Amino acid sequence: MAELKGWKDIPIGGLVVEPGSAKKYQTGTWRVLRPIFQSENCINCMFCWLYCPDQSIVVELVDGKPKMKGFDYYSCKGCGLCANVCPKNIDPKTKQPVADEKKAIIMKPETDFVEE
Amino acid sequence: MPLKQAITGAEAVAYAMKQINPDVVAAYPITPQTPVVEYFAKYVADGVVDTEMIPVESEHSAMSAVVGAAASGARAFTATASVGLALMHEVVFIAASLRLPIVMAVANRALSGPINIHCDHSDAMAERDSGWIQLWAENAQEAYDFTVMAYRIAEHKDVRLPVMVNFDGFIISHGVEVVETLDDELIKNFVGKQEKIYPLLDTSNPVTYGSIDMYDYYFEHKRQQVEAMKHVPRVFKEIAEEFAKISGRKYDLVDEYMLDDAEYVMIALGSTAGTIKHTINELRKEGKKVGLLKPWMFRPFSKAEYQRLLTGRKAVVVLDRSASFGAEAPLYQSVKSTIYEVASKPQMGSYVYGLGGRDIAPHHIRQAFEDAFSGNLIVDEERYLGLRE
Ligand code: SF4
Ligand code: SF4
Repeated sequence: MAELKGWKDIPIGGLVVEPGSAKKYQTGTWRVLRPIFQSENCINCMFCWLYCPDQSIVVELVDGKPKMKGFDYYSCKGCGLCANVCPKNIDPKTKQPVADEKKAIIMKPETDFVEE
Repeated sequence: MPLKQAITGAEAVAYAMKQINPDVVAAYPITPQTPVVEYFAKYVADGVVDTEMIPVESEHSAMSAVVGAAASGARAFTATASVGLALMHEVVFIAASLRLPIVMAVANRALSGPINIHCDHSDAMAERDSGWIQLWAENAQEAYDFTVMAYRIAEHKDVRLPVMVNFDGFIISHGVEVVETLDDELIKNFVGKQEKIYPLLDTSNPVTYGSIDMYDYYFEHKRQQVEAMKHVPRVFKEIAEEFAKISGRKYDLVDEYMLDDAEYVMIALGSTAGTIKHTINELRKEGKKVGLLKPWMFRPFSKAEYQRLLTGRKAVVVLDRSASFGAEAPLYQSVKSTIYEVASKPQMGSYVYGLGGRDIAPHHIRQAFEDAFSGNLIVDEERYLGLRE
């Protein structure tokens, strides 16, 4: 997050006078749950990329094909939508969540990472 | 050449707006504001103004439309009264918070319920903490003059706040008086062109209006509003000075009537000031040292002015045309807290009058003054003029 400014140094009326400035807003500090990527289970379907409301899924093109690379934790708010829509997180037969180690995305409490 | 016209207060406001020729007017009819917009609609229909007129489906929409227009860089106007203003309430705050120089005429009327269409000040008083500048007219002339001055104050770079021009419903809005209007050209030059600040339509400098403002910046934006209000008295005085040059009519933060040597001072807003002046003339003939202090501007409430004018008086009697249920009436509250620190404190008395259009007559005013003469004022007691026990 950029340094917080005093009232004399910001535009009046709460106006945002710089286009695209939301990029600078570290919404990652709002996160309670952190998505963790387990690449070995991922089939690169791009569902997570499509659904993430914060464009926080990092994707790289390899041989012209998109590959899921992980998360941009600066902006990821931890909403868990990516884990919810990931087809690898659900058993297609029982429609029940699979065991954590089989998932491509698991959500872990931020408190697990306080030491970092 | 100034022109003397026999017109109502509503027409005086509409006439000023015709001369200002705003870009956008959005309004919804409500008694007793309706004739303001009716007269203005005729100017639009006759092609004498270039205004885009938007007849909206409610007052909430009216204020929303002028907020949008003003944000885009247009000069925008609306008018309302009573429950219409109450329905706008949410957007009234937004207009001030987004720092939009909107002008709104309010033909003051009682709030429901029981439903009542006549004059009192409860509508504007419910918006006194909304961040709008409030000017209060005593008659149609002042309603015209304030409308002319309003955009200059609102658009001033040190202010950028909306202005509410209050004029008593029916008493001023529908009463015919002689109003001296100025030449179109003079008004046009006086009002001038708006210096646009962050207009939405300037697409090469894109801005966002109304984005979410959390605990990290909202407080700072409120502090800016506090600061803007502090500049208003100075800016108002400057513009009043300029207006005096073209009109010969000199305005200030407060109107002083027979105040210099007055030992007993009455304070009241709006048209009742006229009745008070009449009563003061009579009491003066009887040798009573009485005077009137009429706030032309109620928000911001310029404390220094009141402190300077009220210290050392024998008594100050405040008349309120609205109640604050469970607390002191709005004007009394403001005056009383303002003189907390003055060197020589006057006795004080609070009188509520005229709710729902109840007439106020010279004998009521005399009654309040007489309480003051006989030392029969109790600072924490609210009394009522013209009420049946
Ligand atoms: S948790 Fe929400 S914000 Fe974070 S990457 Fe997943 S979908 Fe995007
Ligand atoms: S939704 Fe799941 S499987 Fe699909 S790309 Fe994202 S992490 Fe991989």
